[in-house]
Amino acid sequence: MSLVFYVLAALTLAGALAAVTLKNTVHCALALTVAFAGLALLYLELDAQFAGFAQILVYIGAVAILIVFAILLTKGSETPKEGVYSKNSLAGLVMAAGVFAVLGWAVIESAKVLPNETAAPDVTVLQIGNALMGRYVLPLEIVALLLTAALIGAVIVAMHEKEETK
Amino acid sequence: MTPLSGYLLVAALLFSIGLAGALTRRNAILVLIGIELMLNAANLNLIAFWRYGPHPEALTGMMFALFSIAVAAAEAAVGLGLIIQIHRHAHTTDLDRMNRMRG
Repeated sequence: MSLVFYVLAALTLAGALAAVTLKNTVHCALALTVAFAGLALLYLELDAQFAGFAQILVYIGAVAILIVFAILLTKGSETPKEGVYSKNSLAGLVMAAGVFAVLGWAVIESAKVLPNETAAPDVTVLQIGNALMGRYVLPLEIVALLLTAALIGAVIVAMHEKEETK
Repeated sequence: MTPLSGYLLVAALLFSIGLAGALTRRNAILVLIGIELMLNAANLNLIAFWRYGPHPEALTGMMFALFSIAVAAAEAAVGLGLIIQIHRHAHTTDLDRMNRMRG
């Protein structure tokens, strides 16, 4: 376990914690960007360069911007007077703590059989491209279809319905 | 502690933070942020298992994570479109006040 890992893990978790606890929604979106950046750096630390840069492009470049746009379009940055937490937030917290207890217990109990430090895999972008165009070409096409359907669906869902008003 | 279990613990914490956010916040956008955090925690698990697994050259976990990123992007686009439409309809994104199913 290197120092870099601890720093990146702390950055990611602090960003995530801020993203779900801050009062102002715009600040939450910015904290979420920090968490995404920390995750991208963790991927780089795991020798998954391609996934790290895809994470930066897709999450920081697209999803975070999309969330900021949605906040602006829904006037969501105003803090409601009833508070930011739902009525039954205590039950939610208990459930999340229970889930973490189970997951953490499973990880710590299985730590003995998990593989230890291995040599860094030598994976180039060429290999990833070959795999995407060879063995994984059918999932790639399905993802392309899914993204097209999601694009059209999102536009149709968010579109103004002019016919009903006349 | 092996490196893999460190990454798995970080992913478990990230998942729990996302779950807590999705279950406790009132604003629908914050719930979506929590869901995004949970998806990212799963991706971190996939990449960590790919890195420390027996056959990293097969690229299985890496591909799974890449496709998962693509599906999460589609999910975010449709989810935010739905939230914008609900806000236009009900003039609120407060989930506690969305308690009826008819228009």
